[in-house]
Amino acid sequence: MKFEKKDILGIKDLTVDEINLILETAESFLEISTRKIKKVPTLRGKTIINLFYEASTRTRTSFEIAAKRLSADTINISSSTSSVVKGETLIDTARNLEAMNPDIIVIRHSAAGAPHLLASLIKQSIINAGDGAHEHPTQALLDMMTIKERKGKISGLKVAIIGDIEHSRVARSNIYGLSKMGARVVLAGPATMLPRNIEEMGVDVYTNLKDALIDADVVMMLRIQLERQKQSIFPSLREYSQHYCLNRNNIKLAKKDVIVMHPGPINRGVEISPDIADDPSYSVILDQVNKGVAIRMALLYLLTGGGE
Amino acid sequence: MKILLTGARIIDPIQNIDADMDILLENGKIAKIGADILKSAKSKDSGKIKIIELAGMIIVPGLIDMHTHLREPGLEYKETIASGAAAAVAGGFTSIACMPNTNPINDNRSITEFIKRKAAEAALANVYPIGAISKGSTGSQLTEFWDMKEAGIIALSDDGKPVMDAALMRRAMEYAYSLGLPVISHCEDTNLSGGGLMNEGYYSTILGLRGIPGIAEEAMVARDILIAEFTNTCVHIAHVSTAGSVRLIREAKKRGLKVTAETAPHYFTLTEEALQSYNTSFKVNPPLRSEQDVAVIKEGLSDGTLDVIACDHAPHGRTDKEVEFEYAANGISGLETSLSLSLNLIQNKTLNWPELIAKMSANPARILNLPKGTLEVGADADITVIDPQLKWTVDVQTFRSRGKNSPFNGRQMQGKAVLTIVGGEIKYALPSLKL
Repeated sequence: MKFEKKDILGIKDLTVDEINLILETAESFLEISTRKIKKVPTLRGKTIINLFYEASTRTRTSFEIAAKRLSADTINISSSTSSVVKGETLIDTARNLEAMNPDIIVIRHSAAGAPHLLASLIKQSIINAGDGAHEHPTQALLDMMTIKERKGKISGLKVAIIGDIEHSRVARSNIYGLSKMGARVVLAGPATMLPRNIEEMGVDVYTNLKDALIDADVVMMLRIQLERQKQSIFPSLREYSQHYCLNRNNIKLAKKDVIVMHPGPINRGVEISPDIADDPSYSVILDQVNKGVAIRMALLYLLTGGGE
Repeated sequence: MKILLTGARIIDPIQNIDADMDILLENGKIAKIGADILKSAKSKDSGKIKIIELAGMIIVPGLIDMHTHLREPGLEYKETIASGAAAAVAGGFTSIACMPNTNPINDNRSITEFIKRKAAEAALANVYPIGAISKGSTGSQLTEFWDMKEAGIIALSDDGKPVMDAALMRRAMEYAYSLGLPVISHCEDTNLSGGGLMNEGYYSTILGLRGIPGIAEEAMVARDILIAEFTNTCVHIAHVSTAGSVRLIREAKKRGLKVTAETAPHYFTLTEEALQSYNTSFKVNPPLRSEQDVAVIKEGLSDGTLDVIACDHAPHGRTDKEVEFEYAANGISGLETSLSLSLNLIQNKTLNWPELIAKMSANPARILNLPKGTLEVGADADITVIDPQLKWTVDVQTFRSRGKNSPFNGRQMQGKAVLTIVGGEIKYALPSLKL
């Protein structure tokens, strides 16, 4: 199968076949990262620009490592070092980058839809590395890859996503992806963190953590951002953690072989207790990070015409 | 100069006229209206009279837009008073009322006088300034209503910024009422709407854009209705966008309160679904709402709850719109598409011709106390001629407005203003029209 998409803007736009192709391609790349010499010449002569308008360590590093392991040249631009401070618009920045003929631009931006604006204007491929509270497709893909490896399948699983759904692009991308792949997705969080009409995305919604955990195969905890407290989305971290923190007690409600995921960075003791986060019989958090490199390698490969 | 318009259907809701008639304009006024003016005019003083044949056309009282943003002074790159007035006549509007949110704000006599002077120099449409309710539209201290009234304002509003302080709104409504000035309320509780970018619902959820709930509008509509009732004054609700607002206003009118309301063409034409492309030309405040809201807005127009169709003409420059959705300015450049979009309401049986024309001429004239909106003999010769069959395609590059920000660019339309006469003078004529 040939990969036809120009851009990866969101999981919403991907078909099941396309998701499977990406996951299979990523699996074939996993081994490269375990070699002594972690580099193949596949993307030699290709240029990847990481355009990050929002702070990121994990995702930017992961994209950079992915590109370098495939021998592409990478350039990192972050908002603090770019012309953003001089007041240049996103469109002008994009047109300037386009004129330098890169092959792929990876963008992260705090404004939802920014990658779509870029993709509509320039001829190069765009990968959305997270746009506002909209989508984070590479995170969802690496999550699906992790689940598939651990569980042997995605279809038929119950996946509980817990926390601030309203502000989470990870949640949205995973709801699209996991639903497409046949999983049953349930959400839980205080009502203030559940966006309006979210159930129309085909998920079950609970305000009680325990209801969502029952018989779950996968539990995905979301990071709670302290600054949201000012918006009265929750009264205090103390109260939140008393009712929504995943711990040794409430995890018993899930299936025995449940796996625990987190897109990071984790707030130990807020949404996840340290002993769960560090327990290898539950936690696959570092495995997710590992898969992230393979997924990004696969996307860079497929978007530059790999597999043709 | 005399002008005789002949061969057309004349609709004047005030006089209850809907018939094929001729109309004679003389010295800037309507001199005669009747069935057989052409014959007598030809025999008496042919040559001194300009006769315009308008077979198949519809003549209506000059359209009035009571909600326009002209950006002068201060933001001339978006619109000037002259370019806005040119857009008005091209869209069939003979009179426009301009909101005070310029820079500086029209919150004192000198700005009002400046607007009047610029409008007189442009000599296109009649321009009626609306004064700010509060100084700098900051919502803390009343402006000098009386002084601005003497300078020419016809209403008061802090449009763009709601008056969040209910006590200040009460004082504004009481003081304005005593001067015979209507207060136009931009209803938006900014605590509820804060940071919002589009209607709150399924689409805001999947797009990850912060929502503006319908109740942000409705809570303030309810408040202002209560103030009007308690103080026995009047209020005009601007740009109604939700089903809940229509319900509140309908109920207030039923109880006999002096409440009037307007909506804009985009609120009965478009829904929030259009935002899926993150296209900033659809970004407007209040935001595009749901299909159900659109249906109820049409009901409100049909049953008379909504008195007026206003453009909420909000021109912007390219730099204001060609940015990330979150940072883009709110607003649609509406003067040159409003009439054509509103004509759809006749096609889809929401309104009949006299009802539509009343909402775009007689009703805004009544609310703003303007001696306009009718073709009675002796009235100002403000006339709009509409070709109801003309098919055309919106091309923003042909707009007279400096604001090219229209989500309707490229849309096929039917019906258009082809001739606009202000004070007996032709201010706009479609080039293909034979004069």
